[in-house]
Amino acid sequence: MKIELRRAAMTYQAPDGEVAALQDVTFGVADGEFVSIVGPSGCGKSTLLALIAGIEHPSGGEVLVDGEPVRAPTGKAGLMPQRDQLFDWRTIWGNVTLGLEVRHENTPARREGVHDLLEQYQLSGFARKLPNQLSGGMRQRCALIRTLATSPDVLLLDEPFSALDYQTRLAVSGDISQIIRREHKTALLVTHDISEAISLSDRIIVLSHRPATVKAIHDLGALRTVPPLERRSRPEFQTLFNQIWEELDVNV
Amino acid sequence: MSERSPSPQRAAYLRAQRRRKRLVLALQILLLAAFLGLWELSARLGWVDAFIVSSPSRVVHTLVGLQNSGELWLHIGTSCLEVVVGFVLGTLLGTLIAIGLWWSELLSRVLDPYLVVLNALPKTALGPVFIVWIGAGTESIIAMTIAISIFVTILNMHVGFLSTDREKIRLMQTLGATRHQILWRLVIPANYATLFNTLRVNVGLSWVGVIMGEFLVSKAGLGYLIVYGSQVFNMDLVMATVLVLAVAAVVMYQLVLWLEKFFKNRLGVTQ
Repeated sequence: MKIELRRAAMTYQAPDGEVAALQDVTFGVADGEFVSIVGPSGCGKSTLLALIAGIEHPSGGEVLVDGEPVRAPTGKAGLMPQRDQLFDWRTIWGNVTLGLEVRHENTPARREGVHDLLEQYQLSGFARKLPNQLSGGMRQRCALIRTLATSPDVLLLDEPFSALDYQTRLAVSGDISQIIRREHKTALLVTHDISEAISLSDRIIVLSHRPATVKAIHDLGALRTVPPLERRSRPEFQTLFNQIWEELDVNV
Repeated sequence: MSERSPSPQRAAYLRAQRRRKRLVLALQILLLAAFLGLWELSARLGWVDAFIVSSPSRVVHTLVGLQNSGELWLHIGTSCLEVVVGFVLGTLLGTLIAIGLWWSELLSRVLDPYLVVLNALPKTALGPVFIVWIGAGTESIIAMTIAISIFVTILNMHVGFLSTDREKIRLMQTLGATRHQILWRLVIPANYATLFNTLRVNVGLSWVGVIMGEFLVSKAGLGYLIVYGSQVFNMDLVMATVLVLAVAAVVMYQLVLWLEKFFKNRLGVTQ
């Protein structure tokens, strides 16, 4: 298992009481697998990613990456945050090399690697532009390249597409998931969009209301090899959608 | 929607815009001319006492006199230097303290009530204190100027630092960034806009500090000229100095705006 959570729990302390975000969360993600986490809003999905990234520490249980407990950000996991979070004041090049700079890994070989990524994903002509000169889809690809630049094994995607309009979102999410598969990365995607989860993942983990615990795990089985957009027209898609919808137990 | 080609409409629109712009400018000039004309006329015809309210021609005459005696630039230079020194020190120290407060949450909690009180206090009340402590000289004027701008700077910059996007901080953390790196690569650049707003406010405040300081203690400067003029009942001198002061303040404000524009273009700040 690339990522493993064993009865992981997280309780936040605040002046007006404690908030139990996660409770007894147990699951694993295999090397190279694309797993989505869906759950009701505010159930602690982002907390899960923070634990795996090593920027927060579980108040109970264990979080392992490559079989070792995560104690601090290791460089094994890269985060793709909500919205693209490109820095307006840096050029695209400055943004995609941010991780290398922070880690003092800004070597010619690494820079070459980033150049190749920009080239490969049709952004090399934009290296000197500022983020606000790019379209939403291009910005999203830049955010992915920023994450890939430091060569993490594990990609943590925290609702990265939520700010995009529907059409762009369909195109970009398909695009991004193809890149992730091509680069042979292990990916954990947090989303509240059930369709997105079904069309992109190998497996889907459904979390309960807070304190979140694993409610169900769905294996996409035969759909794993089907491209994202095509999955949406398969009969299994609707069945799975309805099943997850039931499990999410949404009260409006 | 009209079927016609939009270009004649566009031309008409642009013509109307230009006409409007010219009209506004003409009215602005007319307003100034009317004000100056009425002032001059009422002084000459004896409707008001020119000794008390002065007149445009007397102001010009005084300015020429100041210029010829070489005094004008001494006073302008003195005040401008004090403003620049006070402005730079106030902004710099304020920003440094705000960084300290961002760095240490404990420090910011401890200092919070004191900052609130010091910010609310009318800083001019400290003038006599500075004179006794620092001495009757330029140093007191600069201390006054710093006192007037530093607390607003601290509070504004600190609020700006704290409102840095939490997601961006999380991103930096997962990249393994130290607190130092988060400060210099994220928190400070993300607040360029806050800094420029603070600069703009501080230019105005620094002039207030300098003029107040010069009222209390000075041997030169525009504030000194105003106080001196009023004491010897030379209202021509007072009016002429106020005019020079207005011009100097506007020029300095424009310089800051220009600086802001220059840096915003270079740094790619969009707000």
